[in-house]
Amino acid sequence: MNNSANDRRGAVISAGFGLAGQISDVFWRKPVILLLLMLTPPLLWLGVVYIGSLLALLAQSFFSIDEFSGLINYHLTLKTYGELLNPANLDIILRTVLMAAIVTLASVIVAFPVAFYAARYARGRWKALFYLGVMLPLWSSYLVKIYAWKLILAKEGILNWFFELTHLKWLLDAYLAIPLIGGNSLSVSYTGTFLVFLYVWLPFMVLPMQAALERVPANFLEASSDLGATPWQTFRNVLLPLALPGVIAGSIFTFSLTLGDYIIPQIIGSSRLFIGQAVYSHQGTAGNIPLAAAFTVVPVVIMGFYLWMAKRKGAFDAL
Amino acid sequence: MTSILKKISVTVLASTFLVQGAMAGKLASLGAGEGQVNIVAWPGYIERGETDAAFDWVTKFEEQTGCKVQVKNANTSDEMVALMNEGGFDLVTASGDASLRLIAGKRLQEINTDLIPSWKDIDDRLKDAPWHTVDGAHYGTPYMWGPNVLMYNTEVFKEAPTSWNVVFEEMTLPDGKSNKGRVQAYDGPIHVADAANYLMAHNPDLGITSPYELNPDQYKAALDLLREQRKLVSRYWHDAFIQMDDFTNEGVVASGSWPFQVNILQSQGAKVASTIPAEGATGWADTTMMHADSENPNCAYMWMEHTLSSNLMSDLSVWFGANPGVPAACTDGRGMQTAEGCTTNGMDDFDKIKFWTTPVSKCASQNDTCVPYYRWVSDYIGVIGGR
Repeated sequence: MNNSANDRRGAVISAGFGLAGQISDVFWRKPVILLLLMLTPPLLWLGVVYIGSLLALLAQSFFSIDEFSGLINYHLTLKTYGELLNPANLDIILRTVLMAAIVTLASVIVAFPVAFYAARYARGRWKALFYLGVMLPLWSSYLVKIYAWKLILAKEGILNWFFELTHLKWLLDAYLAIPLIGGNSLSVSYTGTFLVFLYVWLPFMVLPMQAALERVPANFLEASSDLGATPWQTFRNVLLPLALPGVIAGSIFTFSLTLGDYIIPQIIGSSRLFIGQAVYSHQGTAGNIPLAAAFTVVPVVIMGFYLWMAKRKGAFDAL
Repeated sequence: MTSILKKISVTVLASTFLVQGAMAGKLASLGAGEGQVNIVAWPGYIERGETDAAFDWVTKFEEQTGCKVQVKNANTSDEMVALMNEGGFDLVTASGDASLRLIAGKRLQEINTDLIPSWKDIDDRLKDAPWHTVDGAHYGTPYMWGPNVLMYNTEVFKEAPTSWNVVFEEMTLPDGKSNKGRVQAYDGPIHVADAANYLMAHNPDLGITSPYELNPDQYKAALDLLREQRKLVSRYWHDAFIQMDDFTNEGVVASGSWPFQVNILQSQGAKVASTIPAEGATGWADTTMMHADSENPNCAYMWMEHTLSSNLMSDLSVWFGANPGVPAACTDGRGMQTAEGCTTNGMDDFDKIKFWTTPVSKCASQNDTCVPYYRWVSDYIGVIGGR
């Protein structure tokens, strides 16, 4: 009896499952609706909040400030971008890009051996220690780290004391006497800014690099040396090309983070502005939002090119 | 009832004619408190014992009046102006660069000094100060003020420097070494005014009458002076605590500074002192001002009275290293401050101080040809960058 009733309802079981069942049916018949429903919130977020604010920023940069009253003039113009080409502003852009490039190169050089050791040789407890060592600085406050570095690099700081103790102070003095990269002490020189940038962003280089190196099959390296390649040739022709996507991925972090930072150069360095600081001071009391916006567009454009090049080099193939 | 109505309408009419209908009339009489007051203030200006239990000038006020004090901190004058434009606040502790902007923007209401019993105690030098008084109408009660002093290392300078030249021109300091790399300057465009103030005394031919009103020639001379200064300065100071660190660890021996840093460094036993050199100094003065659409006017008036009559100014003077708008707060023991403490903070140097105002192109002293503030910003960036 019971059986026959079931039979009569036929193969479609949905009828008795209420609203939830009906909705699930609709989704099953028209998968597009489900897709739309799931994608709309994140797309709205991306479109309105993220892209929208970027566009608002871009729009601001096409306005200009009235020279006489200091009020913002809401007519589209390229005048503000012209101001970016002032020698003083161009200095800021070049200074920032150069610093970002040098920091990136240096972090590649410092991070490679660390990442290579961690990927190839470290096992068990050592591997855990390695992760801890790389991640530990990320767990403490960014500001505290920078202030700590200020004390290390100061004229009466730890490093100076060490050089004096080892009777090598003349070496430091000779270095600081070099124009441009030197200064009154390490903490007020570009060298100091560079060292702190390098320290703060290094983990962002080590981790993607290590991930890439772990994916390079060990037998490739063995084959290379079996075939008579010197260690340098193996590195140059086998290891580096295969690890390159990781290197580039890491460099995207270090480069863009240096490009946008405005705290480190404010605390360590010679007070010469970087892009982030310029944005900060123009949008503050000055009320020159158009110029601040134009300044922000610079790193966006630079990173756009950078990512495009990285894509061509295959940095995103592994994603 | 009719008399009150009459009084109100007379006041409204009078103020309509006086202020050409722009402002809401000032309050004629005080009623009961509304239960709250909303204040926009500089960080550290309104303490309720949460940062340090000894510094509390809110709790007692709340107990006495039943007005709950709600504070919104603002870090720059622009933030203050923006918040007041948004509305929803009763009071603001505005500095000289924001106050006139707020009055011009019709965001403030004239206050009735008769409703503030302690108005008579206010420093006579501040009662009619131009940053809160327009056409004889008062737009607030003076709060705190302070000078930008010259801080120096007492081991290097046995006697206080008498001129700002120690930070502007290359020279040999009393300890026989050059000042190169051992002096600092403020990392804000307003420092151009300090250079102009120095030129006012040393280059009278330029005809500078106010360091905040500079015509293009005077402005250029000030920038040239700052370019020379750039060669002496290793790092400009921006954050008060970094400057203190630079004095203790970086070998800096002289710099423009605030009494705040001097007090803290001295309390830590550092060998520093401060002075206001012969050229005078720049400084700041804040005023408690009332929003035109204040929803809690009675509590707002009570708070203004409280700032003038309680321990507030005396304790805040210790806390912030500033001077009270009521001189008695230094001497009558209502709070922690003492006469000596106020002298350290610069209480006696009022006449030497050119109070901070925002440079605008329309200026009286130079026939409306002044260089506006936004150019100060971009040019000062250039100077620090070595241009």
